[in-house]
Amino acid sequence: MSQTVIDTANHIVAYAAKAARVQVIAAYPITPQTSIVERIAELVESGEFDTEYIRVESEHSAMSTCIGAAAAGVRTFTATAAHGLVLMHEALHWASGSRLPIVMPVVNRTLGPGWNIWADLTDSMSQRDTGWIQFYCADNQEVFDTIIQAYKLCENEQILLPVMICLEAFILSHTYMPVEIPDQKKIDGFLPPYKPKWFLDVDNPLTHGNIVSPKWYMEFRYMIQEAMETAKQLIPEIDKEFGECFGFEHGGLIEKYKCEDADLILLAMGTIGSEAKIAVDNLRKEGLRVGSARIRVFRPFPKEEIRKLAENTQMFAIIDRGISFGMDGFLAEETKASLYNQKDQPLIAGFIAGLGGRDVTFKTVEKIAKKSSEWMRTDRVEKEAVWVDLRE
Amino acid sequence: MVSIKELSQEEYLLKGHIACAGCGLAISLRLLFKALGNKVILVVPACCSSVIPGSYPFTSFAVPVQNMLFEATGATASGVVAALRQRDVKDVTVVGWAGDGGTFDIGIQALSGAAERETDFIYVCYDNEAYGNTGVQRSGATPYGAWTTTTPTGKKERKKNMPFIMAAHRIPYVATACPSYPIDFINKLKKAKEIKGTKFIHLLVPCSTGWRYDTSKTVEMGRLAVQTGIWTLFEIEYSTFKLNPPSDRLIDKAKRKPVKEYLTLQGRFRNLTEGDIEKIQRWVDEDWERYRELASRPCV
Repeated sequence: MSQTVIDTANHIVAYAAKAARVQVIAAYPITPQTSIVERIAELVESGEFDTEYIRVESEHSAMSTCIGAAAAGVRTFTATAAHGLVLMHEALHWASGSRLPIVMPVVNRTLGPGWNIWADLTDSMSQRDTGWIQFYCADNQEVFDTIIQAYKLCENEQILLPVMICLEAFILSHTYMPVEIPDQKKIDGFLPPYKPKWFLDVDNPLTHGNIVSPKWYMEFRYMIQEAMETAKQLIPEIDKEFGECFGFEHGGLIEKYKCEDADLILLAMGTIGSEAKIAVDNLRKEGLRVGSARIRVFRPFPKEEIRKLAENTQMFAIIDRGISFGMDGFLAEETKASLYNQKDQPLIAGFIAGLGGRDVTFKTVEKIAKKSSEWMRTDRVEKEAVWVDLRE
Repeated sequence: MVSIKELSQEEYLLKGHIACAGCGLAISLRLLFKALGNKVILVVPACCSSVIPGSYPFTSFAVPVQNMLFEATGATASGVVAALRQRDVKDVTVVGWAGDGGTFDIGIQALSGAAERETDFIYVCYDNEAYGNTGVQRSGATPYGAWTTTTPTGKKERKKNMPFIMAAHRIPYVATACPSYPIDFINKLKKAKEIKGTKFIHLLVPCSTGWRYDTSKTVEMGRLAVQTGIWTLFEIEYSTFKLNPPSDRLIDKAKRKPVKEYLTLQGRFRNLTEGDIEKIQRWVDEDWERYRELASRPCV
């Protein structure tokens, strides 16, 4: 029997790990991820969740432990945030280079200094080149569903890459929402046990991660790129299959809302994408033809879908909860890069909003949309990156 | 306890590896497999052992090996051990096999964490007293006075006491060894295999490239280290300290060779003054006073 629970996204993450029958968990506590590792501990110690739970001494060790466990052939899991993720950086590369299907929720939190525990995407965005697949979620149901989908995706022999499931600090991590948790037997049917093709096996001894000369290194990297391209095909397929099994779909690579006839499309990620939908409804009442495209998967970046969206619209307004210093918001950068060489490009305006956990509500998004539509009317973007609500 | 005649003829470090001539590590790896056979999973961080098996698509290891980040041996081994438990594999020994830099310096945190979590594995630190793989730079294991490329006039500080740091974790088994005493090393590995929990073996491995001695003298260099008492063979088993042969016969200073005999054979100690040598001799004698005391009572 499926059941509806009302709980925080962090607790939902713990239930998803249990539902995925994860075999080894290695984790280190960091605010605001802590209620994930605490709830897992309760599930393990009450006997409800049969897994090896290793409380390691750092995030670098958490990822390294997952690498060892995944290489030894079992389904692995960890979760982190902010500084913990950045400390893992080296091991993130090792995990993807080793082609290990590790799944890791990341509670998106600001990087210091100064110390700030609130929402910001710079932590995971600065890991975008590590070879990890990245999902960004907009509600607690999507968090649960995406964790299950992620194992299905990354254990596919054509993929074999680790996956980050990103959820914003507090806005999701500590907010109670109703979530439907499907029947375990149905989940087991959707996600069968992990059967790796190769692992650390005394009967078939292989040396993993040994020296690779320039003669071979590029080919291994090319295979990662190929897997990323394949993931772009599989993610929507798996999302659809999940929807058929359990009733929820989340948009595949991009969740589009009223984009078909939109002159202006708002591009955002995570919960700002949810706010954008409300803004779209309000603005349409005022006669503005606006749509919203929530980028659910940032790696692999859905270039082709972005191009399709661009074909039938006049303008993109892109909202980033993060900045690549010296350039643009991350999503703005990637979107612009995707459209180069395309005919009839839309106008593009970038907006930096909500850094360090500052609220971005539908009202903020409406303001952004109105500013953008003014520029759309004059066919000129006056400022490429606008810092929203900045004290000047 | 095995004798030399009972050792397996099987080799799991295959021919074709690219270790330096006279490499003490290559000898040590052969001994590791003589002791444990091939039901072993090795976790190897960045070190000479990740280089000498050769490059893809070849390897000279005939056991499964996970190469790993420099600082992560203890953590990675923890993951392998947990996965084997989940897969219900009971007859495989997990061995972390790391150099002194990967143990004393960058890897000490992950090792300490694994030991504190009572991870069931054997950790061998093969110690050639410098970052050998990168061209002989100083590590926390480099002894006082030794030349390295980053201490061109000799290191000014003493070596960490790693086995006692590990003993302070209250793990069930800590031992020192040296490939110049192969039966002692093999027996310690066999004993470690039978004990549950974290086992730490600190192996002094002479390195002709880094220590600057003739490549034919590796075994002799290890013997001199023990005979002079600069390296001591002992075990700390559940807090009980015990000297092993031949170190157990060297408590009396008169039985030990002067450290000078060991130091003057190595180019890395060329800059030592007579005063330095006297100082090192005094430190060694002080260590031995401590061993004498420890041999008669629990040490942790």
